[in-house]
Amino acid sequence: MAITPPENRLWWNEPIERVEIGWIVVAFLWGLFMFFFMIAWHFIGGQNLSTETYRITPAAYEQKVADFAEKYQVGDEMGVPIVRPPVGEDVYLLGRLWEWWPILELKKDQSYRFHLSSVDWQHGFSLQPVNINISVHPGYEQIITFTPTEAGEYGIACNEFCGIGHHLMTGRIRVVE
Amino acid sequence: MTAIDASYAGAAAAGNFRTCRYTGLKVEASAQSLIKANAVAAVVFLAIGGVMGLLVALTRWPAVHLLPSDWFYLVLTGHGANVLLFWIIFFEIAVLYFASAILLGSRLATPRIAWAGFWLMIVGALMTNVAVFQGDSSVMFTSYPPMQAAPHFYLGLIIFAVGALVGVGVFFGTLVIAHGERTYEGSIPLVTFGALTAAIIAVFTLASGAIILIPTFLWSVGLISEMDPLLYKVIWWGMGHSSQQINVAAHVSVWYAIGALTIGAKPLSEKVSRSAFLLYILFLQLASAHHLLADPGMSASWKIVNTSYLMYLAVLGSMIHGLTVPGALEAAQRRNGYTKGAFEWLRKAPWGNPAFAGMFLSLVMFGFIGGISGVVLGTEQLNLLMHNTIYVPGHFHGTVVTGTTLAFMAMTYYVLPLIFQRDIIWPKLARIQPYLFGLGAAGISLFMMGAGTLGVPRRHWDMSFTDAILQFELPSGGFLMMGLNGLSAVIASAGGILYILITVGTVLWGKRLDKGEAPLTFPLHKRAATVAEYGSHATVKLPGTIILVTIFFVSFVLYYFVNWKYLSELWLMR
Repeated sequence: MAITPPENRLWWNEPIERVEIGWIVVAFLWGLFMFFFMIAWHFIGGQNLSTETYRITPAAYEQKVADFAEKYQVGDEMGVPIVRPPVGEDVYLLGRLWEWWPILELKKDQSYRFHLSSVDWQHGFSLQPVNINISVHPGYEQIITFTPTEAGEYGIACNEFCGIGHHLMTGRIRVVE
Repeated sequence: MTAIDASYAGAAAAGNFRTCRYTGLKVEASAQSLIKANAVAAVVFLAIGGVMGLLVALTRWPAVHLLPSDWFYLVLTGHGANVLLFWIIFFEIAVLYFASAILLGSRLATPRIAWAGFWLMIVGALMTNVAVFQGDSSVMFTSYPPMQAAPHFYLGLIIFAVGALVGVGVFFGTLVIAHGERTYEGSIPLVTFGALTAAIIAVFTLASGAIILIPTFLWSVGLISEMDPLLYKVIWWGMGHSSQQINVAAHVSVWYAIGALTIGAKPLSEKVSRSAFLLYILFLQLASAHHLLADPGMSASWKIVNTSYLMYLAVLGSMIHGLTVPGALEAAQRRNGYTKGAFEWLRKAPWGNPAFAGMFLSLVMFGFIGGISGVVLGTEQLNLLMHNTIYVPGHFHGTVVTGTTLAFMAMTYYVLPLIFQRDIIWPKLARIQPYLFGLGAAGISLFMMGAGTLGVPRRHWDMSFTDAILQFELPSGGFLMMGLNGLSAVIASAGGILYILITVGTVLWGKRLDKGEAPLTFPLHKRAATVAEYGSHATVKLPGTIILVTIFFVSFVLYYFVNWKYLSELWLMR
């Protein structure tokens, strides 16, 4: 039994049951397939997270986002600026206790270099209803090239716990035709 | 269970040893009291953490929304620490002592040091709980900086980890003593081998914990000025994820143990089962990267190599156990005379025995819910779909609650008669306990995974964003799922409360079993007296197991590709 020493002292010389060998082969091949499929998606798929990242101080990032918002602001909602960057321009979004700032207005089917960082604690960028989820760190500026494929109103929730106002931390991206 | 199947063995062996009247195993007094102490502590922390879990679920049930936000975050932090760390690790220390001293018939190494380890764990666990309840340490189980807890939150965890490390050391010492004093013949049993796997993993897990928690503690008292959040995460998960692999190794050992004790199951082949444990040791430490897939700064190749545990070789280990455990059960049942058709062995399994029922439910749900979702969640690109949504707790409730906790609960039904020498009170309630808890826990896992797929964030007090400046609505399906999650939590809690009542009641008031009637021999359910040749080659065709693993494999592949389909519909990004 499994709770007593093996009867055969040289247990590694035991024959392996056929069904076990079959299953090990199937499971191993499936593992290999899953491994290579992740690599393949970098060539055949359109959804791969960029690894372009720079160190930046929170203060410097905050300044960059403020300059960006001021330059392209087209209005405001509840005191939050609405920013419409020209197509192809770099886009900045920052997370802080407890908001995603500013509100962005993007064009459908256009690519944007999207900068993402936090100026205080770790936050989670969770874009709804598409459910794209990315971690955001203070001190690290991550750049992702996004191409929105559907027009509409998108909400951003924070999904990395960041203290007592965590559930109030929301933002907005508008995608227009 | 009226003495599970009542009986008596005879006088205790000389010295500090007694002979277990059921199994004929030699049980040493100090090993017995340490197992008792650790098991009791485990159950107490399960009770505390379980109540907190129910409060969390009732708050996240939109129609109930029980707690205010500050209490919610406090209780959620406490829930994680108490059930994920304190309940499970106390029980694992008990499992380690059982798998070494009891199964090998040895004395326990350095009982005094083992007691010191136990008290360190108690002090650490209490200290962390005090910090949580004081209210300024609601930093969640992961405690990511720059968010900071009170110094004694970290110190408690460090002291607890040191205590656990002492327990692991005593386990190694006991193996050495048993080997030196030749208390067993040949190799160690498979269950002990699995426990050894868990212990080896525990050593480098706890080392990772020390490497990160000690500087974090120093930072919290002001001796270090800054913690890098990304570096913290990388090292912290070296502890965080591999600690869950200790659980996997431990509860797989428990599956084998219960199969052996209940129906006399033997591994199909020792070589395969043991190699599967080895795969855990060799490859799982890489898995910590699962938690960093959506983080900046790491290259795609680093993520691919690490998240796949290098080509899914540790997953392979679990998939092997996924065949060999039910295969061993089927082979044993066929030897016991249940040979009709593909599934007579399963239909006529001892479903009324809570240990067996709990073990089998744990096996099935760990594979289907925890295992499949874990691989999908841990795939480099697919992670984008559910990173930090409530899918993540859905997944790990599938592994840690339907897997580990249920398996440990099942094991308790043998620990009580064998170690505490008490008959289980309320056998009828004990019979339904694993079903109640298992059903509830499966509901919790599945509904949280469903809600996460719809975008509901984790660790979040108000999914309706009522007071947020920029409001938006999550899909109504998400609200439905969180309601069903609340209902499931109520069912699981009923099972959990029943477990606590039965174990505490049995320890205090259960009929004493140390004197009595006729001998009883394990395995409990064995019809055929003759047992076939060791190993499986002489015994079996296993049609039932083959059908079961085929269903598992098809589900796995389908679910994997469904998620790639979802992913392909997202915004383009690179």
